[in-house]
Amino acid sequence: MSESQNNLISLEDLQVHYRIGGGLLSPAKIVRAVDGVSLDIKKGETLGLVGESGCGKSTLGKAILRLTEPTGGKVFYNGSDLAHLPQNKMRDQRKHLQMIFQDPYASLNPRMNVGQIIGEPIRTFGLANGNSVDKIVGELMETVGLSRRFIKRYPHEFSGGQRQRIGIARALATQPEFIVADEPISALDVSIQAQIMNLMESLQAERGLTYLFISHDLRAVRHLSDRVAVMYLGKIVELAPGKDIYAEPLMPYTKALISAVPVPDPEIEARRERIILQGDVPSPIDPPPGCHFHTRCPYAIEECKRTVPRLVEIKPQHFAACIRISPENPHIESVK
Amino acid sequence: MTDNGTILTVNDLRTYFRTEDGVVKAVDGISFELKKGETLGIVGESGSGKSVTNLSVMRLIPEPPGEIVSGEIIFDGTDVRALSIDEVRKIRGRRIAMIFQDPMTSLNPFLKISTQLMEVTQLHLGHTKEQAYEHGVKMLEMVGIPDPRARMDGYPHELSGGMRQRVMIAMALSCDPELLIADEPTTALDVTIQAQILELIKDLKARLGTSVILITHDLGVVAGMTDKIIVMYAGKVFEQAPTRELFSRPANPYTKGLLRSVPDPAYEQGEPLYQIPGLPPDVAHLPPGCPFAERCDRAEDICRREFPPFVEINAQHHSLCHFAKEVYGQG
Repeated sequence: MSESQNNLISLEDLQVHYRIGGGLLSPAKIVRAVDGVSLDIKKGETLGLVGESGCGKSTLGKAILRLTEPTGGKVFYNGSDLAHLPQNKMRDQRKHLQMIFQDPYASLNPRMNVGQIIGEPIRTFGLANGNSVDKIVGELMETVGLSRRFIKRYPHEFSGGQRQRIGIARALATQPEFIVADEPISALDVSIQAQIMNLMESLQAERGLTYLFISHDLRAVRHLSDRVAVMYLGKIVELAPGKDIYAEPLMPYTKALISAVPVPDPEIEARRERIILQGDVPSPIDPPPGCHFHTRCPYAIEECKRTVPRLVEIKPQHFAACIRISPENPHIESVK
Repeated sequence: MTDNGTILTVNDLRTYFRTEDGVVKAVDGISFELKKGETLGIVGESGSGKSVTNLSVMRLIPEPPGEIVSGEIIFDGTDVRALSIDEVRKIRGRRIAMIFQDPMTSLNPFLKISTQLMEVTQLHLGHTKEQAYEHGVKMLEMVGIPDPRARMDGYPHELSGGMRQRVMIAMALSCDPELLIADEPTTALDVTIQAQILELIKDLKARLGTSVILITHDLGVVAGMTDKIIVMYAGKVFEQAPTRELFSRPANPYTKGLLRSVPDPAYEQGEPLYQIPGLPPDVAHLPPGCPFAERCDRAEDICRREFPPFVEINAQHHSLCHFAKEVYGQG
């Protein structure tokens, strides 16, 4: 039972299905953006969530915070199921659960100055009022590496990296326990990405934060995350400690994903054999039957078209969804 | 003087923009030489001048506010700066082709793929409609688009991002150009699709012998794709070297910092990532000394006072730094 006590957030069969179309002549179609995800996020850890565009990773992050309504399943936090809380009760929980967005420009109101942006959640949740709000805002700004002299400035007066710092300060304003960071560094320059990653790490150490770090950048995910979950077409296909998933990916999709990342070393690049996947990610409207990945998988057999693989613990703490591998036979290359 | 196999020579190119905020020296003295069949990588962060360099080569700088104020651009023996716009148009798309980051904004959403592909060869190669159509099909097939004949009648929005980028590449290569300029060609794509497109560019280059300039912010992409690299910062060339040497023995603190700030997959949890402190400078108001001095961990007083020399490490390797030789010596 100690295992489950360490969990801050537990997802049980979480689903987000969208209905699209559906006119007089065409039947409605269902987009299975998140299709039955069960996952525990441990207190104080960073769980990385990687996948390509359209795999449902952002939707999953939003569904946990109910910025998108889940259509099925449960989200346990502090003993209550967030997915089924009435709106007014959910509102109370929001101060513990915050989000950092990809594009800090689109997520900051251009008509509000920094003081107002960071102060808004403090006022909304009644955590302080009057002059003490500005004092807290000033402290938050310094925490994220912005001078408090800038408190009256507007978002457009800042660079991309600085705007992301404002977004982080706003997320910290309510002293949350859990932060969903959705591609927080993707829009930033290389030298600034390192700054934001280090800031997130030091904040975590100081405040005991728990992160869900969503990114398509495997190098960044590897660096920040204790464990990494790989998502493909609405499902988690592999879950393992960050080091293991990089050193020894088991699921063929994860193998291809990691092999596709260019390494900034010409010697390694010249030697390495890259797995080039054929084709694009299929549409989540009509995902292929069986294992969703079978259409692009170099190891797929007939059975893969029929059986939906479950996430199985192949090695200690290392889960993968592939019917062709097992704890006895963990490496797909040597499976007959 | 092109008999030695040089396709493009850029000599001390300077492109400035006049803005309300003062003169922005977007590119301020860049020189390089590209041999036939070679791939040059230009690396830099936003605002470093890497895209403006190539727009200048293509004579695509909007004038005003921009202006190529000095320098030479010699393409296969022809001084591109001396050409009339009509003459430039004959080269552009025909002998020098370009692909951009976002294929959706470079393809016309209202026109069929076939119309857009055919236009290029009808204009430049004098193809008839039938010839242009067949050539288009052939090009789509070459870049790996399944069922190319069916795709010819489709529109750009019916294609995925990776497929659109393939169409762009097909269009760019239609006239068998001698030089392909690819400006962040894979930045908008997923990694598995990026791997496909990079593989395609490599493969086409090997088959067609095209020279390539690859502009990117991703050091991983240039590592596997290029023969030599230019690192730009604040409109200046900070370092220029053959690819292997740049990665194994950088001679500039900025290059070093960039390389170190890329997360290493083999890293052990808990160690902070190396970070370059501060922000890139405002190019309209550069300080008198080295533009990187404020962020540099090697900087001394001289760096804030005097603009650094472009130090020759060896015939192919140059670095803009007061301490270039020392940094290089550290390996």
